Amino acid sequence: MSTTTSTDAILGWDETLAAYEPVMGLEVHVELGTATKMFCGCPTTFGADPNTQVCPVCLGLPGALPVVNEKGVESAIRIGLALNCEIAPWCRFARKNYFYPDMPKNFQTSQYDEPIAFGGHLDVELEDGTVYRVEIERAHMEEDTGKSLHVGGATGRIHGATHSLVDYNRAGIPLIEIVTKPMFGAGERAPEIARAYVATLRDLLRALDVSDVKMEQGSMRCDVNVSLRPKGTEKLGTRTETKNVNSLRSVERAVRYEMQRHAAVLASGGSIVQETRHWHEDTGLTTAGRIKSDAEDYRYFPEPDLVPVAPTEEAVEALRASLPEPPAQRRKRLQAAYGFSDLEMRDAINAGLLDLIEETVAAGASASAARKWWSGEIARRANGEGVDVPTYAAQLAVTPAQVAELEGLVTSGRLNDAMARQVWEGVLAGEGSPTQVADARGLQLVRDSGALEAAVDAVIAANPDVAQKIREGKVQAVGALIGQVMREMRGQGDAAAAREVIMARLGS
Amino acid sequence: MTSELVKLTAAAMADALTAREVSARELTQAHLDRTAAVDGAVHSYLHVDAEGALAAADVVDAARAQGRDLHRLAGVPIAVKDVMATAGLPTTCGSRILEGWVPPYDATLVSRIKAAGMPILGKTNMDEFAMGSSTEHSAYGPSHNPWDLERIPGGSGGGSSSVIASFQAPLAIGTDTGGSIRQPAAVTGTCGTKPTYGGVSRYGLVALASSLDQAGPCARTVLDTALLHEVIAGHDPLDSTSIDAPVPACVTAAQRADVRGMRIGIVRELTGEGFQAGVQQRFDEAVAHLVDAGAEVVEVSCASFTYALAAYYLILPSEASSNLAKFDAMRYGLRVWPEGLEDASAEQVMAATRDAGFGDEVKRRIILGTYALSSGYYDAYYGSAQKARRLIADDFAKAFQSADVLVSPTAPTTAFQLGDKLDDPMAMYLNDIATIPANLAGVPGMSLPSGLAPEDGLPTGFQILAPAMADERLYAVGSALEARLTAAWGGQLLDRAPALPTSEVAR
Amino acid sequence: MPDLTRDDVAHLAMLARIDLSDAELDKMVGELAVILESVATVQQAPIGNVEPMSHPMPLVNVTRPDVVRPSLSPQQALAGAPEVDEQRFSVPRILDED
Ligand SMILES: [Mg+2]
Ligand SMILES: [Zn+2]
Repeated sequence: MSTTTSTDAILGWDETLAAYEPVMGLEVHVELGTATKMFCGCPTTFGADPNTQVCPVCLGLPGALPVVNEKGVESAIRIGLALNCEIAPWCRFARKNYFYPDMPKNFQTSQYDEPIAFGGHLDVELEDGTVYRVEIERAHMEEDTGKSLHVGGATGRIHGATHSLVDYNRAGIPLIEIVTKPMFGAGERAPEIARAYVATLRDLLRALDVSDVKMEQGSMRCDVNVSLRPKGTEKLGTRTETKNVNSLRSVERAVRYEMQRHAAVLASGGSIVQETRHWHEDTGLTTAGRIKSDAEDYRYFPEPDLVPVAPTEEAVEALRASLPEPPAQRRKRLQAAYGFSDLEMRDAINAGLLDLIEETVAAGASASAARKWWSGEIARRANGEGVDVPTYAAQLAVTPAQVAELEGLVTSGRLNDAMARQVWEGVLAGEGSPTQVADARGLQLVRDSGALEAAVDAVIAANPDVAQKIREGKVQAVGALIGQVMREMRGQGDAAAAREVIMARLGS
Repeated sequence: MTSELVKLTAAAMADALTAREVSARELTQAHLDRTAAVDGAVHSYLHVDAEGALAAADVVDAARAQGRDLHRLAGVPIAVKDVMATAGLPTTCGSRILEGWVPPYDATLVSRIKAAGMPILGKTNMDEFAMGSSTEHSAYGPSHNPWDLERIPGGSGGGSSSVIASFQAPLAIGTDTGGSIRQPAAVTGTCGTKPTYGGVSRYGLVALASSLDQAGPCARTVLDTALLHEVIAGHDPLDSTSIDAPVPACVTAAQRADVRGMRIGIVRELTGEGFQAGVQQRFDEAVAHLVDAGAEVVEVSCASFTYALAAYYLILPSEASSNLAKFDAMRYGLRVWPEGLEDASAEQVMAATRDAGFGDEVKRRIILGTYALSSGYYDAYYGSAQKARRLIADDFAKAFQSADVLVSPTAPTTAFQLGDKLDDPMAMYLNDIATIPANLAGVPGMSLPSGLAPEDGLPTGFQILAPAMADERLYAVGSALEARLTAAWGGQLLDRAPALPTSEVAR
Repeated sequence: MPDLTRDDVAHLAMLARIDLSDAELDKMVGELAVILESVATVQQAPIGNVEPMSHPMPLVNVTRPDVVRPSLSPQQALAGAPEVDEQRFSVPRILDED
């Protein structure tokens, strides 16, 4: 992406807030993780060779007809339910008519005045624990467009290009568009709220397992609508729509930038043009795009090639029953159950360990042990490989059950921590389950008192000076003897037991 | 031999093939020879696929020689309207904008024809994107009526009606959005059915108006029409609007030809005023034949049919304006650069191509549809039309409570002269007055010959309409009527058609 | 019923991406006026409380399972294209991205 220079003035942040109140709206497009496209059986694999995942339907060839992907509808309903929306008992697809080379039919099959889900909300928790409720206007089904490669201009940008090359692999991939109601009262926290909303939505969609929500690959895309009105006034200002803001950080920056840009225009007596804006990640600026004018007339009408979608109450309730616990609620519950500090919890979440810890606990380990293994030993090894823990675990097929089994060997007294790390080496080397590795390597704390007592006696006999000091009450000297006992037993002794026997022998 | 072969009915051809009195190759070649002789004058075809048809015929002959189980119509050749996608064969829809386009896939009904072993002779001419009632709106020139080469063969399926009437094919596929199977059948003395909407898959039918379009069979007899109907009908998971129910027993109904006790409803709004005298006369005689065959006649009124033409000419252009947006010079078809603009934008190339590639009628309807859907006018036009459409469907439902089928003349007049209505779109639209209501309601309709109008000696058509999914009733009534009429005429109506001028066949 | 002006028709032609010549525009204004006058009669139908009808058959919930079907080969997909480059459809420059 080229560096974009802009001559737009911006007003200082504090001056902006002193004079104006922002009203925000967010539109998020989510690509569903279905195996096939919304209206045809072409695969949806990301990154395939150009025009290898196309058919008469998604290429818009004359005569081809769409058929709705049932999983797409189910995902839409599940998303709607998770956003506390009502599900329409009857709704339709519509055609949104406009010409664009990456849209094969020159209409987008979308939903218009009859969305499948509407009237919901999502509670968003900010860093300081404040909860902001985002009202959801609607969530509707539609299809994605193809992708254009602009040739002949500077570094792939559309301006100055001589022609474009279009790949229709993405055309027809199912999208859910989630639209908020205008958000009022956010004030100085508007950028933060926008970011937190997108982050919360992303976590929710991930928990629903309906999308891989990779903003960097475009499977989750955000359009940011911002307008300002002078503080204390009611009338909404003119809004701009900043397109394709594709990281959490950019969402926050784009809201802030547009607020400051609007403020500068308004403060100088100018007026905002209703237009789309393009976000430039590199410079943190927006530039003007298409002006929304009366010339834009999408001529929506009900898609005659598709029949209405009318989910039965039973079907909706079955989908509701399949919903996972909302991520925020689940975190609260787990933190309380596990007794983690806020810091421990945040670290676990940020490292993507919560599922792994939960499964490890379910397999029988204590929460603290589960956290210790995943954020300690395993995280250390993952870092060494330069990947995150979930990726590492997936690559090496390391399972929570194995971690729980290993931890069980420690708590039962069979292994000490050092031995457990040796066992882990064996597990990672593919030598078998923790028990199998411990067995094969002969790792076992010696609890046989005869052998332990013999070793203690031998060490005391060999260190009369140290023994004497202990008899005289210098208990800290016992460590030296324990170390020797452990060496005598070639690491298989139980240090705690050795201490007990030594203290018993030396009578203090 | 050849000239006798092509005059057989499809059913008789099938019997001759089964009895091995003729091979599929001989039968196919006979039709290709006939085309070479007469299509210069009739212009039914936009594309003839001699090689493909003969190859398909050879496959059938080989299979028959091996004693394999074959479809009854295996080896009986067919012509397909150029609006159906055919893999490997040009599909132009009668438009410049698709000149040379070869689809990479077959329409579902084409797959079914191929599966039945029916050689496809070629693609038939049509009004551009099926917009018209005369084939004069074909970008490749009009087809001619075999009864009088100066007259229209009907439209938009004038290629399919004339190909049958001139014995270039025993069977053809048509499509009917507002009458494009029935009206051409009426003016050429042939038979054709628009099945119940959803009865035949639309997958691969290049859409004119999605909620109105329906493909169907064209033939010279009612039984032949029924035979082809059953080949192409049936549920298709690739078409969301396809009906998932057993195919109506059209062939059985055609063979029984029994109308005893049936209530035949004459639609008051579709007779009398506005219908040519000879057309009305032959209609009245046909009704009398049905009464004679044991049917009971009732009169029904469908008051909202008055609004059918207006509703149709809003719904059709609206859907068409959207369906035809895909022809934009980006992915297939014509690409025209605006004159003197070396670095034209995609938008400019689209607009220049669509201006050069579409004919006047297509542009007129796209503009009209764009208007009817545009913000501020949607409710007044498209919205009102959809409401009127409901009234028309309700009128049908009411009428079918007192009648088992409804009947009317198919078209108000016999074939008019080529060029007569070309400059008067409304006059052209009025041709479809009797056929349009069935498309709006989705009910099935058939046209079969009712005779020749005394005043001009040209064929007149008799239309039968049935409730949705009761297509078999069309065949019961049509077949009963056909039996009595052919008995009265002493043979097929087409036997009375004048001989066509022929070119020398080079073989 | 507002009369359709020449500017209206030019605007519709722009929306429909048809580069009508001046002569075509002039002709079409007159033709559309006649057609519109006729089709506007639909508004006189007793449609007060009538549900609009968009489909002839009252079907609902026609879907397909989320199962992959074979796609076209890129050669088939691109066979009809006016211009191809790098296994993509080559199109004239695009004015603005959306
Ligand atoms: Mg959208
Ligand atoms: Zn596809």
